[in-house]
Amino acid sequence: MSYRLNYLEELEAEAVFVLREAFAQFQNPCILFSGGKDSIVVTHLAAKAFAPAQIPFTLLHIDTGHNFPETLQFRDEFAERMNARLVLGLVEDSIKRQTAMEESGPNANRNRVQSITLLESMESFGFDAAIGGGRRDEEKARAKERFFSHRDAFGQWDPKNQGPEIWHLFNGRKNEGEQYRVFPISNWTELDVWEYIEKEKIDLPSLYFSHNRACVKRKDSILAQSSFLVPHDADELCDLHVRFRTIGDMTISGAMRSNASTVKEIIQELKEMNQSERGNRADDFRSETSMEDRKKEGYF
Amino acid sequence: MVEMKDILRFTTAGSVDDGKSTLIGRLLYDSGQIPQDQVDLVRNISIRKGLNEIDLSLFTDGLKDERAQGITIDVAYRYFATEKRKFIIADTPGHLQYTRNMVTGASTANAAIILIDARKGVVEQTRRHSFIASLLQIRHLIVCINKMDLVDYDEKRFHQIVADFQDFSAKLAIVDVQFIPVSALNGDHVVHRSNQMPWYQGATLLYTLEHLSVASEINQIDFRFPVQHPIRVDQGSVQDYRAYAGKIESGIVRVGDEIQVLPGKHVSKVKSIFGMGGKVLEAFAPQSISIELTEDLDVSRGCMLVKSNNQPEELRQITAMLCWMSPQVFIPGRKYILRQTTNEVKALIKSILYVYDMENLKRDESNAALTCNDIARVELQLASPIFADSYRNNKATGSFILIDEQSNQTLAVGMIS
Repeated sequence: MSYRLNYLEELEAEAVFVLREAFAQFQNPCILFSGGKDSIVVTHLAAKAFAPAQIPFTLLHIDTGHNFPETLQFRDEFAERMNARLVLGLVEDSIKRQTAMEESGPNANRNRVQSITLLESMESFGFDAAIGGGRRDEEKARAKERFFSHRDAFGQWDPKNQGPEIWHLFNGRKNEGEQYRVFPISNWTELDVWEYIEKEKIDLPSLYFSHNRACVKRKDSILAQSSFLVPHDADELCDLHVRFRTIGDMTISGAMRSNASTVKEIIQELKEMNQSERGNRADDFRSETSMEDRKKEGYF
Repeated sequence: MVEMKDILRFTTAGSVDDGKSTLIGRLLYDSGQIPQDQVDLVRNISIRKGLNEIDLSLFTDGLKDERAQGITIDVAYRYFATEKRKFIIADTPGHLQYTRNMVTGASTANAAIILIDARKGVVEQTRRHSFIASLLQIRHLIVCINKMDLVDYDEKRFHQIVADFQDFSAKLAIVDVQFIPVSALNGDHVVHRSNQMPWYQGATLLYTLEHLSVASEINQIDFRFPVQHPIRVDQGSVQDYRAYAGKIESGIVRVGDEIQVLPGKHVSKVKSIFGMGGKVLEAFAPQSISIELTEDLDVSRGCMLVKSNNQPEELRQITAMLCWMSPQVFIPGRKYILRQTTNEVKALIKSILYVYDMENLKRDESNAALTCNDIARVELQLASPIFADSYRNNKATGSFILIDEQSNQTLAVGMIS
């Protein structure tokens, strides 16, 4: 027997350690569940970390109301299959309460106001930590995240004043009203996630795989045609063979042309592709530091 | 399809202007790791800044304030992979007031890259960084002598710097040091070999990183298993299940092994081991597992499972190297929480034996204050004993953090001597 781990086994061992620390150090942690592959992998890891016991975390879905129907169906079936409690935080409710305002203008979306709904949901359900599928390789502001990332009483991240996080000694102590975000798969890359999905045979929403869809071509992006999308004059409507590389709000998740219909084919496609994962996310394009700005406000 | 590709974690350090971000940018760019859309983005920023060429350092300088100041202010993690290996880079700030970030980046690293500007040679900062790498027990040091293009790729200059470095590094506890002449700006000896320095027969930086041996760094002798929490199930098809979840920090454990539970010192045997793929007969560091014991003992978070014939030391007083990490200064007589593995005890810093003067690395025995970025040797008194090894023998059981009970901040990190 060789007493060595390969990279996927080492990343898995690290992620499970982080999940167990989150369980031990916080009163009431939840998993931020979007129905996307990263949060599915985190939930899968949580199931392994606590087996044969049930997943000790509630799944919290921050629902912009602009979902792919496929995601919602998958979400509900997944929660039932994993025997996990699922609760929703609705952006619509924040807008009704007028704590959040619907964006206006041609590129209006509900991405930014999600942060408000997240904080309100955490307060109303009493969660003191939210475990997410964020990865440091996704975006440059995320490259500086800790595994245990502190948020002040207003849910804000202060990147210049992060506490030291050294070896694997995570300090989750906090003052009343403060919270943490926990990122068990911080050290995974997009390719690692897919290779792990392949290895563990994890089910994903059908959106990740190539399918025929009515799309809207807008500048360099391809968006799914839907009633949520505010039409532009220059929009071009067409039927395309596409898949989604990230799944979020329907109005901002860009599709890519692809024939990859299995996990193996997606891995092959990723290895050959020369475009970053969030390169298709309209929300990251507003400025070069838009992710950092949103994180400071309480975004995941 | 079991790929034996492993992970190398390395940290990078250098003075502010040594070109560290450019070196990492070059490493990622030349090994084809940067997606085209990011290349385009950085090219556009470079043009807007009035530069003729693409500014490679922009690939790693992330946060707003850093862009404005042109310096790196926090540890940033980067990822890339080749056919041989996966790499995790902890890119740490180079200037003095951020010593704490370098300590952070170095804590999980297998190797450290130290950058030297070929025009300036070995400077105070080089000594400081090498000293910290040695303190944190990093086995491999790769000294990149950068900006060789600015000294006409001069062989003599390279050897002079190597000799200067060896003069002082002889005193450090580093197992393996390699020197590579590079130009991050032009890409010489980063990923590709250079035609400019025919006198250099050694490997490129990437080749060196791909071939460092890391397997032997994991201690597979002394079994240490800090318990994160118990898992109990008694319903449905699972009756009376009681196991202890944790990560094996070092060593190997097998079903049937005689185990002692610290601090109670009760003896039991391993009944079963649950790995990530189900029941196994043995497990090893750094796996996350759960262990069931034959006896029903009182085991909770903070306990440690070890073997009866191989035990850590029981310590109520410890001598340690401490790095102060917080703007909140040390208050004599104030009690702190000491966190070692998953265990916490109250602690008091009884005495400061000496503080390193980071300008010249001399020991200052008259200094009784500790402020941010200070490194000192101290004695601590603990409210109850901990079970520990020296940091040299076991990084996981020989390291700790000090937390302030009132602010909840991590104030300092320590390594047990």
